[in-house]
Amino acid sequence: MALSEKDVQYVAKLARLEITEAEVEKYTKQLGNILGYIEEMGKLDTTNVEPLTHPLDMKNVFREDVLIPSLTQQEVLSNGPEVQSGHFKVPRIM
Amino acid sequence: MEYEPVIGLEVHCELKTATKLFCGCSTIFGSDSNTQVCPVCLGLPGTLPVMNEKAVEYAVKIGLALNCTIAKYSKMDRKNYYYPDLPKAYQVSQNDKPLNYAGYLDIITKEGTKRIGVTRAHLEEDAGKLIHQGGKAGRLESSDYSLADYNRGGIPLVEIVSEPDIRSADEAHAYLTALRNILLYIGVSDCNMEEGSLRCDANVSVRPKGTEKFGTRTEIKNMNSFKFAKQAIEYEIKRQSALLDKGERVVQESRLWDVNESKTKTMRSKEEAHDYRYFPEPDLVPIILSEDYVNSIKKNLPELPAAKRTRFVSQYGLTEYDAGVLTSDQELADWYEEGAKHTKNPKGLSNWMMGDMAARMKEEEKELKDLKFEQKKLCELVDLIDKGTINSKQAKEVFIELFDTGKSPEAIVKDKGMVQVSDPAVIEKAVEKVLGENANVVADYKGGKQGVLGFLVGKVMQATQGKANPKLVNEILKKKLDS
Amino acid sequence: MELYQLTLHEAAQALQSKKTSSVELTKTVLDHLKKVEPQVQSFITITETEALAQAAEADKRLASGNNITPFTGVPIALKDLLCTKGVRTTCASKMLENFKPPYNATVVEKLNSAGAVSVGKTNMDEFAMGSSTETSYYQKTKNPWNLTCVPGGSSGGSASSVSADQAFASLGSDTGGSIRQPAALCGIVGLKPTYGRISRYGLIAFASSLDQIGPMTKDVEDSALMMNVIAGHDPKDSTSADVPVPDYTAEMKKSVKGLKIGIPKEFFPSEMNTEVSEAVKKAIEQLKSLGAEIHEVSLPHSPYSLAAYYVLAPSEASSNLARYDGVRYGLRVPGENIVEMYSKTRAAGFGPEVKRRIMLGTYALSSGYYDAYYLKALKVRRLIKQDYDKAFEKVDIIATPTAPNPAFRFGEKTDNPLTMYLEDIFTISINIAGVPAISVPCGLSKTGLPIGLQLIGKPFDEAALLKAAYAYEQSTDWHKNKPTLKES
Repeated sequence: MALSEKDVQYVAKLARLEITEAEVEKYTKQLGNILGYIEEMGKLDTTNVEPLTHPLDMKNVFREDVLIPSLTQQEVLSNGPEVQSGHFKVPRIM
Repeated sequence: MEYEPVIGLEVHCELKTATKLFCGCSTIFGSDSNTQVCPVCLGLPGTLPVMNEKAVEYAVKIGLALNCTIAKYSKMDRKNYYYPDLPKAYQVSQNDKPLNYAGYLDIITKEGTKRIGVTRAHLEEDAGKLIHQGGKAGRLESSDYSLADYNRGGIPLVEIVSEPDIRSADEAHAYLTALRNILLYIGVSDCNMEEGSLRCDANVSVRPKGTEKFGTRTEIKNMNSFKFAKQAIEYEIKRQSALLDKGERVVQESRLWDVNESKTKTMRSKEEAHDYRYFPEPDLVPIILSEDYVNSIKKNLPELPAAKRTRFVSQYGLTEYDAGVLTSDQELADWYEEGAKHTKNPKGLSNWMMGDMAARMKEEEKELKDLKFEQKKLCELVDLIDKGTINSKQAKEVFIELFDTGKSPEAIVKDKGMVQVSDPAVIEKAVEKVLGENANVVADYKGGKQGVLGFLVGKVMQATQGKANPKLVNEILKKKLDS
Repeated sequence: MELYQLTLHEAAQALQSKKTSSVELTKTVLDHLKKVEPQVQSFITITETEALAQAAEADKRLASGNNITPFTGVPIALKDLLCTKGVRTTCASKMLENFKPPYNATVVEKLNSAGAVSVGKTNMDEFAMGSSTETSYYQKTKNPWNLTCVPGGSSGGSASSVSADQAFASLGSDTGGSIRQPAALCGIVGLKPTYGRISRYGLIAFASSLDQIGPMTKDVEDSALMMNVIAGHDPKDSTSADVPVPDYTAEMKKSVKGLKIGIPKEFFPSEMNTEVSEAVKKAIEQLKSLGAEIHEVSLPHSPYSLAAYYVLAPSEASSNLARYDGVRYGLRVPGENIVEMYSKTRAAGFGPEVKRRIMLGTYALSSGYYDAYYLKALKVRRLIKQDYDKAFEKVDIIATPTAPNPAFRFGEKTDNPLTMYLEDIFTISINIAGVPAISVPCGLSKTGLPIGLQLIGKPFDEAALLKAAYAYEQSTDWHKNKPTLKES
């Protein structure tokens, strides 16, 4: 599967990364190379192989529905780039 | 051209666990912004989720109450997208292995009971809240900036998706009402649409009646009450039908219900379809529920509305309709059942509850907990009527005072001297007096005008300050007149 | 010998026998740290004031004689992706240049409880993506053995700080080799524990199903001591294993007689660097002479591990790094609207390697490609794990080289990303399978650069690894060598 510049632009948009024309070209080439290497995996026959999402065979890890103190409003906002009246402020969404 | 609507509903139900889905922050509604937030639900770098066991229990309860299959193996997935109310830029939800699937819910329509399929009911976390500022007050499209509050972020939600089995706005309303009732019965949510603990979106399409192929559907959002949901769906059905009649196409899109203009409108630039890039959540492990666990939850489920309704009909001799009204609210049903213990006439009790009591409560916006009297006193009233101590007109008067003061009906009747007169001797005397004073009317009656009997009965009632037993009055009058 | 040149256990001894105080020891270390720092550049943040305060506390504790641990009063360093409350934690990225976490990582809490003194946050590849620490936004860390060479990565600063005696030990993290490879290149001991052995709470995530924190130390005994403090189940981490923590020093000094060591042929390709393969083979012979049995094993799917890794890790990373959007913390570049703000912020905050991996991961997960890439990689993952399971039926430990070459020069492998990725060829399958592995020094190249021996163990059998590593280490002098901070 050859990676096109359009693919890279699409992916950059999905990932909210602003990239320049020059970068699109550069990344298309580099990512294309990497994908070529990755496609080696295609040589392996994996029919009837179950995917392994976790190296450990764990299940059912839960915690009790018990209150734990939250951060203070000040602590929550402390790293905020822009805050206003106890909220995080963000520019126009539309 | 006649069109058949095809409707599917997606309901998001906030679970009323004490803490959030993945952390120990409080879930209480209405606190100051960003005061119920911790590093985990804020999505700070390095933090990790840990599943709330109560949320799983409540989700299974929902699945059981909706007749779903409970998955033996279930897992969480990441749904990746960008929006400022989403702290991690992904929502932890369930994609291909939901906790509950293949269920149903029965609704009562004019044509009888109809079964609406429930495709799935899965567990996920809620996002924070945004307030849009500047421009037209509170409107997203024209805002200059927005403010984010993450108190709500991370609260557990169960998303309940129906099959597209619904065929009208009325059915949709019935489904929503029945679903809400079930959720309240099993005690998993406050189901308060104003507070956002119950939200619903509708998928609506139409197709020519008699055809099989689905039409293009739109998603309707921002319906803040069941009433608006019904209106919005009705509007959308009409809108789509009109478009198709004109030979135009329905555009697949999300639309908002505009309360002020009572129409659905395109949501401007909700952009292209999201590519959510679902993949299994690596920070959580699968949920594998044993049959024992599921059975223990099933055993402890309270009696559900449908079962209660059926039982009320057989146990208390109520009509389906009456039983339906009484079981539409669990508190009301429980109130009624407590009362039914204290009377030999449960039907009578039900009539008073659904009639005068309901009317007064609605008028004064009172709830059961605001009533000044308990069930026993209402039963007293029913008994007084059944014994013949008072007549129905007197009973209405007694009820008013019962509702206003909480005084016992027996005491009210005694104090007002309202005991119904049933002594034939006393009534005979009154009848003779009235006959004597209304000779011309008597003549009319004897002349064939049977209708004037009512007038004479009324006069006797008047003469006895309304206390006479109307049945006896009728009997004695007729006897005297016919003799 | 200077105080700062001691191993951790020797320093602990010196404190407990009152030969020195923690404040004195910390001052000595800090002086040396600052002296060599212009050459090595191990640290992004040096926490001098906090360290001296911790040292003073430690001295009180040492004086009371109560609750003393091998870490009480001993200066250590922390990789800058471990959250330290109130102390800047940057992940060597511009994105988090001024980020001060309001909480401590669990491992940091554990070290604090043990009385450790933290001298600073060490340099790394940005968001742990790299094998040379060259992608750091802040500075390039130099290899103390040759300042024109890289220290390895991504825990390059942790490795160089221990190697250059700027701290007695350091915590690093390992996703594809990021503890072991820099340990090998800097001539120290680096251990990646079994996945789930150490809590990840507070470790800023790169790839959630592969990341593990681990000790980077001057010798094997120090590594075991550090494991004793940091290992264990954490209820805040759903993927942390509920397995009891043994005393990792208990078996360490025992004989390796009869220990079965497997040599996988796939890890000794004919075209590999001969200095490395020679040194490693010699080390294996050394273990044989100590009584270990050498067997041939095969890990047939390991040639595909790099391919699987470069789908799994970037995919998880693309999601883990999505939260860096300028809304709640970190860098924000203003924009006309939110999408612009997101895009400009992330473009300015991330370096090219991070962007590459985010895009790669986004692509692999995107609609239409999930099955061919991500799902396929998960299946390959199972095959790789099964290889290890099978091999461990035959042997107790597997021995391989850690890195395919000794330290290379700056800029040597940065032209083509793939070239850099191949640095991890021997370490990566271990993360995919979730098994533990340790790197110990086993030689020097002709130009005096360290070479590392990798020992791979069964899940939760770090004790066996430490035993074999200790036996080997104590039978040679490699661990006694010190770098001279020269350029050539």
